[in-house]
Amino acid sequence: MKKLDILLKGILRENPIFVLILGMCPTLGTTTSAVNGAGMGIATLFVLVMSNVVISLIKGLIPDKVRIPAFIVVIASFVTVIQLLMEAYVPALYETLGVFIPLIVVNCIILGRAEAFASKHNVWDSALDGLGIGLGFTLSLTLVGAVREMLGSGSVFGYKFIAGDGMIAFVLAPGAFLVLGYLMVLFNKATARLR
Amino acid sequence: MEYFAIIIGAIFVNNVVLAQFLGICPFLGVSNKVQTSLGMGAAVVFVMAISSIVVYLLQYHVLVPLRIEYMQTIVFILVIAALVQMVEIILKKISPALYQALGIFLPLITTNCAVLGVAILLVQKEYNLVQSFTYAVSTAVGFALALVVFSGIRERLELNDVPRAMRGVPVALVTAGILAMAFMGFAGLV
Repeated sequence: MKKLDILLKGILRENPIFVLILGMCPTLGTTTSAVNGAGMGIATLFVLVMSNVVISLIKGLIPDKVRIPAFIVVIASFVTVIQLLMEAYVPALYETLGVFIPLIVVNCIILGRAEAFASKHNVWDSALDGLGIGLGFTLSLTLVGAVREMLGSGSVFGYKFIAGDGMIAFVLAPGAFLVLGYLMVLFNKATARLR
Repeated sequence: MEYFAIIIGAIFVNNVVLAQFLGICPFLGVSNKVQTSLGMGAAVVFVMAISSIVVYLLQYHVLVPLRIEYMQTIVFILVIAALVQMVEIILKKISPALYQALGIFLPLITTNCAVLGVAILLVQKEYNLVQSFTYAVSTAVGFALALVVFSGIRERLELNDVPRAMRGVPVALVTAGILAMAFMGFAGLV
């Protein structure tokens, strides 16, 4: 039960986007469509799980004073791995996400989980925590992407359901802020009773 | 003319916060008062100006000759983190007054994705040293501008009765959306 709780808390109770409000840059910058949002989410998920596992393995070896730089090196290494993998296998997505792929390194969620969870727990729990938070991040990004794509291009995951263009502003910069802002309002409204 | 295009483009047309979505965390985090926004803006201008030169030299005199361009992400983030620390120490020593003004914002800048983002963009755009410097400084000025304008709006917002579910970040995001719409008016200027 406790293991399940570690996995599931990232999706609703500690959702990185809607509750913790971390990692805003990729959330706004890459969610022009549901597929782009999901792609960015999965790339972050990979880095999050791998860095959590490695950091919890080496936590005994790192002196306390240099732990933050050490964490950053581990995270940056996995970001380079995913960067090279994406460039090789999904070049179109890599091109669209652009500068946000190397910027996974400064995503506060990853360093936050390393500091708050992986450096204190065992490997198995850390992997689950990374997976849970990563899934929460991926689902939120996909949701924001889907709403923006629906309003802006009249399609979801590339399937068009209206003819014509949709409200193009939602695919551009203002739409990102507006959609995320109003989704947060809905989230707060929906979870207000739970709290 | 070329430099003019870089400056106007980076400040208004492709504003780093409102069009490129870099540096959102400080944009939402420290934009409650105009005074703190000015401090943060100045600190970012300062760090970006120095980091653009360091990053340029590193890329073309270390990474490219050694053919380890794929190490870019790891090297850049470590150098920027070290640089911010160094700036903090030097500033403390040589200009206590400036340190007083910018000091508390400097540690926050390491996690500002705009600094790393601009470093990577400079390399991607294949700018030379002077162009890199111009681009970095104008981007930072664009950041400061967005931050100060936004904090001005937020100071007014404090006095209003905002619905409960919208308080805090949601209303800030909606405000930023409207501001981004205003900045879209600059599109096509250069």
